[in-house]
Amino acid sequence: MTAPESDRLPQPSPDGQGQHDHRRGQHIRRRRRRAGGADGSREMPMVPEAEFTSYYGRPVVKPAPWGDEIAAYLFLGGVAGGSALLAAGGQLTGQEALRRNCRLSALGAVGLGAVALVLDLGRPERFLNMLRTIKLTSPMSVGSWILSAFSAGAGVAAAAEIDRMTGGRLPLGPLRRVLRTVEKPAGLEAAAFAPPLAVYTAVLLADTATPTWNAARDELPFVFVSSASLASAGLAMITTPAEQTAPARRLAVAGVVGDLLATRLMHRRMDPVAAEPLHEGKAGMMMRVSEALAVAGGIGTLLGGRRRGVAAAAGLALVAASALTRFGVFEAGIHSAKDPRYTVEPQQHRLAARRAAGVTDDSITTSR
Amino acid sequence: MGQLAGPTDPAADARWTDRKPRKGFFTDTSICIGCKACEVACKEWNRNPRDGDLELLASSYDNTGALGASTWRHVAFIEQGRSRIQEARETGRALVDLGMPGMGAPEPAGPAPAAPAPARATAPDAPPDTQEFRWLMSSDVCKHCTHAGCLDVCPTGALFRTEYGTVVVQADVCNGCGTCVAGCPFGVVERRSDGTAAPNHKRGERKGEKPEIPNFGVAQKCTLCYDRMLDDQTPACAQTCPTTSIKYGDRAEMVSVARHRVAELHDQGKTEARLYGANDLDGVGGTGSVFLLLDEPEVYGLPPDPRVCTADLPRMYKLAGLAAAGMVTAAALSFLGGRS
Repeated sequence: MTAPESDRLPQPSPDGQGQHDHRRGQHIRRRRRRAGGADGSREMPMVPEAEFTSYYGRPVVKPAPWGDEIAAYLFLGGVAGGSALLAAGGQLTGQEALRRNCRLSALGAVGLGAVALVLDLGRPERFLNMLRTIKLTSPMSVGSWILSAFSAGAGVAAAAEIDRMTGGRLPLGPLRRVLRTVEKPAGLEAAAFAPPLAVYTAVLLADTATPTWNAARDELPFVFVSSASLASAGLAMITTPAEQTAPARRLAVAGVVGDLLATRLMHRRMDPVAAEPLHEGKAGMMMRVSEALAVAGGIGTLLGGRRRGVAAAAGLALVAASALTRFGVFEAGIHSAKDPRYTVEPQQHRLAARRAAGVTDDSITTSR
Repeated sequence: MGQLAGPTDPAADARWTDRKPRKGFFTDTSICIGCKACEVACKEWNRNPRDGDLELLASSYDNTGALGASTWRHVAFIEQGRSRIQEARETGRALVDLGMPGMGAPEPAGPAPAAPAPARATAPDAPPDTQEFRWLMSSDVCKHCTHAGCLDVCPTGALFRTEYGTVVVQADVCNGCGTCVAGCPFGVVERRSDGTAAPNHKRGERKGEKPEIPNFGVAQKCTLCYDRMLDDQTPACAQTCPTTSIKYGDRAEMVSVARHRVAELHDQGKTEARLYGANDLDGVGGTGSVFLLLDEPEVYGLPPDPRVCTADLPRMYKLAGLAAAGMVTAAALSFLGGRS
């Protein structure tokens, strides 16, 4: 504080208002903005006008120290999971091109994703510490094990494909016979861990004090599996001839429908203030473009999925839609942690709601 | 897996066999003078590096700003005028009227706080006071929650529950994944980074040379001076606090002292006084660090209704399982759909 400012301190304000408070930004008090759909597509939720106080506008919770690598991993993990499921389907129904391409996609995506995860650690050289324990209360720990188990199966299945594609030129020796034997079980093992891989990241985000992620905890898993389905199906439509992508196209359409429904439900059921970062700014833009691309990709798949060019374009739109969903949700959460309003207001609301319902014994603030 | 929510003894929950009485702080902000000796003592004892470049935040006397990886005590400074004081008194009175039950409520000292004495304390040695403005000063610290979000979500086991019921990071195990940072409902734990933008030119250092940063890239937070505790010593901040605003001891005793103090202030008509963290029924199962505040928690940068994220984890896992099953079903139907 500078000397001239301290000179002003003892002056009482004639109107009884704490004048220094406002002038010096002592308390950031803002009128609640209209919360909810910035696109005007629905009625504004009726929440009582509330005033919001903070400590000089500084955040209450800290944002996760995660960069875009983590957002990319959310996307890549979903692509890997969905691809392994499609590969297993191709394996079981004898669609060789679909099986091969999806196995390669799964390994590529999970490999890139794992690298992104390790790079984002504060101490990357200690990444193996993730596997020194199994901790069910930690979605990150559970996810590390899911990722490891998935990668093992996906790696073996993809290695078998690569060996076949290179005409048996991988220097495997006697291991080739082993590889051929375990190839099919490995593909199915990866498929078993595929849905957990696609969905655990939703729990990873929701199981935090980050307001927007935590408020979306009931619907985020459904958004993420839908997004994973449409992205992996889209990728298969890019890589694989149309004769073998009929299942992928069906999965793509199912994914788009699920994505639209789950995202809308999420927006509707979240605390309107905590949902705001999903509608506004950069994250809101990404979410809107994602929805448009998902719809376009879905329609393209339905109408022209049998034509290779249309299918590839639709697939590209779907892949991009999924990436934007993940980056949008990621951004929105980080943003929500940086503004104290998103922490304080939803908490004030729920505390007031509990008190109004007669529950007065569970507040952290007590008179005695 | 231990208990995820509700009142419990955290050390017993962590299956300590030779556990000690739970330790904690009681930070009585009504007698804090904002000297920041606690911040300095903490930095000195724990050898924490400086937190970013030295800069004036230009918002108040507080130029520390917030708790962080290298700042384990943070003294908040807030200046209020008459109307805010009135509001604080009203919100405090409303809290009294709610009749919030304290856990156990051992001995509510003096007359019922619902009927505060109309006159302010007029003891002959009472310091001069004014209704026109006030300075709030509060030394914030890690809450050492009964249900600690940071500890629950830590994947490596680097964060652990001590036999004293406190929460400590093992710097040599942490790999800096940052999940705990997002898991803390109070914004306490942080991953330590260099933080400084400019090289140092201090005496004894070569130009452009930076001091070595210990525990770089890993999560860092208050340990409640675990090392001192093991030797029956008081944590550095409490030891140095010149006004005894920071008290340290068995958590049960701290809560009892806090209840006496808040009742005493209510008796003096200071209904703005309230406790923070003393209720074991709250969203984090009560905190090891209990505070006496003179306004709403958010004024001090504290969350008004924190809830440990893992309390909802079983439900999240259940819904995730449902979503995963949906994904498998959709994939299966996609393949079966064309075969009929």
